[in-house]
Amino acid sequence: MFSRYLVSLLLIGCSLFAGCEREKRAFHDEAPAMNDVSPTSFRAGGTPRPVVKNAQADEYERNAFHISEGKRYYEWYNCYSCHAAGGGDIGPPLMDDKWRYGGEIEQIYSSIVEGRPNGMPSFAGRIPEQQVWEIAAYVRSMAGNAAKDAVPSRGDEMKNTKPLTQIPHTPVRGDPPKTER
Amino acid sequence: MSAHPSTWQRACSAIALTVLVVGCSGRQAALDPAGDQAATIEILWTLMLWMCGFMYLLVLIFLGHALWRARHVLSSEPVPHGAQRPAERPLRMALAGWFGLIVGGLIVLSLGSFFIDRSLANARLDNAIKIKITAAQWWWKVEYLGETPAQRVATANELRLPVGRPALLELQAEDVIHSFWIPNLGGKQDLIPGRINSLLLTPRREGEYRGQCAEFCGLQHAKMALDATVVGERDFAAWRQQQLLPAHAPSTPEQLRGHEIFMSGPCASCHQIVGTPAAGQNGPNLTHLASRRTIAAGARPYSFEALRDWLRDPHTIKPGNHMPQVQLSNSDLHALTSYLDSLK
Amino acid sequence: MSAVLPREPGAAEIAALDAQLERTWGTGRGLWERLSTVDHKIVGRRYVITGFVFFVLAGVLALMMRTQLMQPDSELIGPDRYNQIFTMHGTTMMFLFAVPIMEAMAVYLVPLMCGTRNISFPRLNAYSYWVYLFGGIMIWVAFLLNVGPETGWFSYVPLAGPEFSPGKRTDFWAQMITFTEVAALAVAVELVATIMKQRAPGMTLSRMPLFLWSMLVTSLMIIIAMPAVMLASSFLISDRLVGTHFFNPVEGGDALLWQHLFWFFGHPEVYIIFLPALGMVSSIVTTFSRRTIFAYTLMVLALLATGVLAFGLWVHHMFATGLPRLGSSFYTAASMMIAIPSGLQIFGWIATLWDGKPRFKSPLLFVIGFIVIFVLGGLTGVMLAAVPLDLQAHDTYFVVAHFHYVLIGGAVFPLFGAFYYWFPKFTGRLLSERLGRWNFWLFFIGFNVTFFPMHILGLAGMPRRVYTYPAGLGWESLNRLSSIGALLIGVSVLLFIINVVRSLRAGDVAGDNPWEASTLEWATSSPPPPYNFMHVPVVTGREALWVPGPRQVMEGLSPSHREVLCTTVLTAEPDLRQPSAMPSSWPLWAALTTALWFIGSIFDARAVIWGSIPVAICLIGWLWPTHPEPFRERGLA
Repeated sequence: MFSRYLVSLLLIGCSLFAGCEREKRAFHDEAPAMNDVSPTSFRAGGTPRPVVKNAQADEYERNAFHISEGKRYYEWYNCYSCHAAGGGDIGPPLMDDKWRYGGEIEQIYSSIVEGRPNGMPSFAGRIPEQQVWEIAAYVRSMAGNAAKDAVPSRGDEMKNTKPLTQIPHTPVRGDPPKTER
Repeated sequence: MSAHPSTWQRACSAIALTVLVVGCSGRQAALDPAGDQAATIEILWTLMLWMCGFMYLLVLIFLGHALWRARHVLSSEPVPHGAQRPAERPLRMALAGWFGLIVGGLIVLSLGSFFIDRSLANARLDNAIKIKITAAQWWWKVEYLGETPAQRVATANELRLPVGRPALLELQAEDVIHSFWIPNLGGKQDLIPGRINSLLLTPRREGEYRGQCAEFCGLQHAKMALDATVVGERDFAAWRQQQLLPAHAPSTPEQLRGHEIFMSGPCASCHQIVGTPAAGQNGPNLTHLASRRTIAAGARPYSFEALRDWLRDPHTIKPGNHMPQVQLSNSDLHALTSYLDSLK
Repeated sequence: MSAVLPREPGAAEIAALDAQLERTWGTGRGLWERLSTVDHKIVGRRYVITGFVFFVLAGVLALMMRTQLMQPDSELIGPDRYNQIFTMHGTTMMFLFAVPIMEAMAVYLVPLMCGTRNISFPRLNAYSYWVYLFGGIMIWVAFLLNVGPETGWFSYVPLAGPEFSPGKRTDFWAQMITFTEVAALAVAVELVATIMKQRAPGMTLSRMPLFLWSMLVTSLMIIIAMPAVMLASSFLISDRLVGTHFFNPVEGGDALLWQHLFWFFGHPEVYIIFLPALGMVSSIVTTFSRRTIFAYTLMVLALLATGVLAFGLWVHHMFATGLPRLGSSFYTAASMMIAIPSGLQIFGWIATLWDGKPRFKSPLLFVIGFIVIFVLGGLTGVMLAAVPLDLQAHDTYFVVAHFHYVLIGGAVFPLFGAFYYWFPKFTGRLLSERLGRWNFWLFFIGFNVTFFPMHILGLAGMPRRVYTYPAGLGWESLNRLSSIGALLIGVSVLLFIINVVRSLRAGDVAGDNPWEASTLEWATSSPPPPYNFMHVPVVTGREALWVPGPRQVMEGLSPSHREVLCTTVLTAEPDLRQPSAMPSSWPLWAALTTALWFIGSIFDARAVIWGSIPVAICLIGWLWPTHPEPFRERGLA
């Protein structure tokens, strides 16, 4: 009798183990070390290099605390001014499937830190490392690419996007669009 | 009884003394009123304490007598319903008296509460200072509204009030529900997103008091405090004038270096220092940081070392708060601290 | 029914009847039979033990909190973990211990006190236990895996909303509410039906024991109050899962809506916890002063008044939110008014003791402790009812002291008294008197040492729900004292557990009625047989077993089929023979599918729809009509 209770407890436990990663609250972790080479290097013509995935970085888009912090810092560092709530303004939208400089989290990190042509400032030194990763994780969630159970459905703000828990996964293409406007 | 107090007596008197000292004085004590509102509430408290204490004593006496009486009664056949007991009539009369006493007492207490509440609501507002307080996780944004916008003083985590003048606080919240409470001065009021509440405090005694958030607001609810200082009218005017001045310019090379670090790093994105390019609104205003009694909403008394520890890693003092850790070399850290320490 | 003059049955006849009834009503020893039982005593016992386990778990959390608070600026437990601990402490105590254990005692005792063979809706009863168990396991496993709730047991929004409470923690909390409220509603419905329709013939409303009255009022309160919290938690889940705006002020929602909905439930909740305890106190006082309760009618009216008034007080939890002051005054008056019925009841019990012939056994000691502690808590409640005073004391340790005085004094002390009182009935053995006295005194002293200083701490400025406090404010010594008291409480509970374990093995054998009590549950053996009573007892007075003369019974229920006697509501005249459900495993399956449904809904909105299908299948299987046997074939005794 007792062993049956134990087994069922363990089963429930295992299914929830996945929750551990999602629920960790790391207030000041070591930010993932990025290689010196930018993951998005563009050359005239030819195929872009594949993204070098960083395992530690991937955790950010599965962790609810980091995504929530990213949402807050998205507002605090004023990403809204150019990207609105993901629909884009003078900056490109972040919730669609067109990624000029790549939509993987490492590529988004690079875009934020390095800046990009046509108006994206470089935030190196302006936003601490870990916070850039958190913002990148939040940007991933805007396109439906972060873990669905880690994402907040909405903020306490005006309704401006579909609930983040209901945005379907958007394919991420690492290559720039074929035709420029 | 021996001449020396027994350990039991010593323990009892120690506890009684502690109770008196802790309960009746302090810079965050409701029963040590330094303002009109707290004093009015203390009147109600005294009334309640005596009346409720009296009723409690009656209950204990009745219970004690019932148990005392039982000593001599032997157990025998039980008394079922229907048997006439000689004590039934006097007990019924006592019950009626008890009922009357309770109802009468509650009427007195309800009326007392109502009239005290009314007097608090009708408190004088003339010549009140208007202060807008916005609570965020886990700090207080304080803005003294002046005659004109140019007279507006913005500070954080501190409240300085002139004695004798009412202060009308307009309370708003930026994120979650908080509660503004300075026990020595008055009762509390919640700050609720989507609502504007107000609180009137009329301090009567100069001194340094402490307020604290009184509605659970997340990780660092425990360390969301406020320094309230009540000063004379002249000192208050002087303080206000000084707060209107822009920040001190850096005067030593180290302070200059610290200034540069502040402006070129993440700091300027969130904090404002009037008179410099830094105009961030997300975090506390730092223009006169070094003139405050505490840092990080009461987490530590202000000192160079405390400030340096905070800047090195805010999460060692207030784990989970919204200021990110910025990696700085030791010399950069010292320079930044020197600069901020100069902002008197 | 038989019209023949009553005659004394012979021993062989009794044994044969007993065997037949055992076959009809008994539960086998196999695992599957134990999982499918619908015997209210077995389900009730499980409920009580599970509730007590949660009590101990939440008590351990309290000890952890008190250890943290012994020192200022303590770094023992970090803020995140501490917030989860105090939330789990409150949640477990309120949702997994206080209400369920009162219901559990009622599930066991009410059918016995009514003189009937089983509770109404026996399979629903079994279902209720499984749902409660699964909900409790879910939230505790979540807590142990760092997904425990962290926003307080009443989980205010916007802190508990999607923006400020990331992850699934609050979702688990909100869904746990659904589990426990379904379980509570089920039991409430059964209790109302049992008390209204299954009382022994002759047990008119004015002859009903006060415990049955209190359970009746409590169950009606549950039925009205619980839907409010289910609504609130459903809104919260909906906001968090699918992005609705119930609590988002910018889009037309309101943060205060949560508070109103929650406290409309939350205030009656504490009376739901309190009223059964009052019933227990009445039972114990009656038995141990060997006198019927003084002013019975007034005591019943007081119970009813408390039950009704409790629904008009909830705004006193919101005095600091900036609601209009005149409106708040009404709630001050109402909150003070509810002291009147409680005050009358206190008088009633003391008067019963005064005029009776008290025997100072452990149950009565706990009742005396209840009076001393609860009245103090009630008086601090009257203080808090006044708006101006509440504006100083709200959300401080003064409130913590107040509600522990009324909850522990008003519910846990009577509960322990009830344990000592009814343990012989449940198990056939008496608990040790000596250990009982130690238990009581340690608990009483430890409780006061722990919680009395908190009144002072609150007025000295210490807010509640703080994981640490700064040195230099003078709070250290009282906190330390409080923590020492908590240790004493822990030792006292340990003593109780030791008492139970030892007495189960080697306690004095209790007879049918070791306390010479007057209610019907003492008219059968200890522990009762599966069929409760060999014949339906007939009640001729308010204290059924104290009426002189031989006891009367009514024959006519079939011993070979499960059936109970239904009587009329007011006059308790025999009315119908109602078939009682056979053992079934459908409640277990239904509970399992319900659990999967609720837990799935935490993670994905589609689970709300797809998860309901297995539940529907189980309910269909459960409710599938069985072939009724023709009446004439039902054996007449």
